[in-house]
Amino acid sequence: MPQATTQSKYTTVSIPVTLHDRIEKMIIKKSGFKSVSDYVTYVLREVVAMHETKDVPEPFTSTDVEEIKARLKALGYL
Amino acid sequence: MSLSPHGGRLISVGTFVSSPEKSKELAENSTVNVSNETRVQMFNISTGILSPLTGFIGKADYENVLDNMRLSDDTPWTIPILLHVPESFSAGGGDEITLVDDLGKAVGVLEFEELFSISKKEYAKKVFGTEDGAHPGVAKTMASSDRVVAGKLKSVIRFDKGNFENFTLSPKETRVLFKEKGWKDVIAFQTRNAPHIGHEYVQKTGLAFADGIFINPVLGRKKSGDFTDEVILDTYQVLVKNYYPKNSVVLSVLHYEMQYAGPKEAIMHAIMRKNFGCTHIAIGRDHAGVGSYYGPYAAHEIFKEFPDLGIQAVFFREFFYCNKCAGIANEKICPHPESDRLTFSGTKLRKMFLSGETPPKEFMRPEVSQIILKSKTPFIE
Repeated sequence: MPQATTQSKYTTVSIPVTLHDRIEKMIIKKSGFKSVSDYVTYVLREVVAMHETKDVPEPFTSTDVEEIKARLKALGYL
Repeated sequence: MSLSPHGGRLISVGTFVSSPEKSKELAENSTVNVSNETRVQMFNISTGILSPLTGFIGKADYENVLDNMRLSDDTPWTIPILLHVPESFSAGGGDEITLVDDLGKAVGVLEFEELFSISKKEYAKKVFGTEDGAHPGVAKTMASSDRVVAGKLKSVIRFDKGNFENFTLSPKETRVLFKEKGWKDVIAFQTRNAPHIGHEYVQKTGLAFADGIFINPVLGRKKSGDFTDEVILDTYQVLVKNYYPKNSVVLSVLHYEMQYAGPKEAIMHAIMRKNFGCTHIAIGRDHAGVGSYYGPYAAHEIFKEFPDLGIQAVFFREFFYCNKCAGIANEKICPHPESDRLTFSGTKLRKMFLSGETPPKEFMRPEVSQIILKSKTPFIE
């Protein structure tokens, strides 16, 4: 379980020390990230967003679609 | 399946029709007068343009947006959407608030959640990056109340789009439209100007890789010297008709009041276009900037902070006409000195039009220039 710190704005998760060291070496060489935490946060946000947006259903029903198409046709968009 | 709306769901708020019975019913609630800008925000919340917001944000979201550029659930968000109320306003949990326009007509119903105070100086510093009262966004912030109400919009009255009803599409409509056209990659182009050749070049460069372009001019209060809404729409219509392949463009307006918050506003522009179903957005030089408050490419840099934004920004350097290249170029591809370049300066254009002069065709399409020259009031005074 993650442990909450500093008014619950940040929490701690465990990663292997070897991975931490690898990331640390990499970010020293390549600028852009201030810390391992910044890097991990960036990567996780990217990955999580990818999973969250997979196979998202259309935000409208088939009835909506027919009504919308009729308006779009009337306006000359279709 | 489609591109996910921001925050995972497209918001839709019901509308109500103004009637004596409804007015009587709503008269029992406490009321808040709302500005035209707030009405526009209500419209944008109700149609899902500002998804995942369901209303005006609360304190936790507000603080997180200012400090971390994210809502409290970690969704990227850079400018708070607030409902300012007078100092004397009070309400209790679960109360309904009737939102009324300048004439006292009910335009929306809000479910009260929270009343809190903000520091306007902190807001100015964190959103606009300056406390300078000469910045139009800062000036507006400092003139507003520091008390704000958070709550969910329960219903809104139908928003009057004036002459632009037929060019106003909701995110649901654009999503259906893109699908019907068979477009998968759609690049959005945000503008508050009549198009010159530089704009056209950016749009067509985007169109070279995308299936279609969504040209989405901003209509609403802007600053003095900007083109009027009518001129912007008329000039785009003539440009698309004469210079774009059929079925490659959707031209629809965005009702929205510019904040001139530069990079932070660029992120909001991207979020709104993601909700319309766009996969990409063109970001040019000094996007949403004003004066010299932001670096020319600050709006490019900020996108690096958001790997989870869900819409891809496509960055463009400034285009110009190069006499030696004999065509449109930018600093990345043109080796010639500035003396060979004709830059697309808005100030220069304005001066030419105000003196009745037609800009050279290397600067602006003649059909576009003619519309501006024929307009009695092409610029906001």
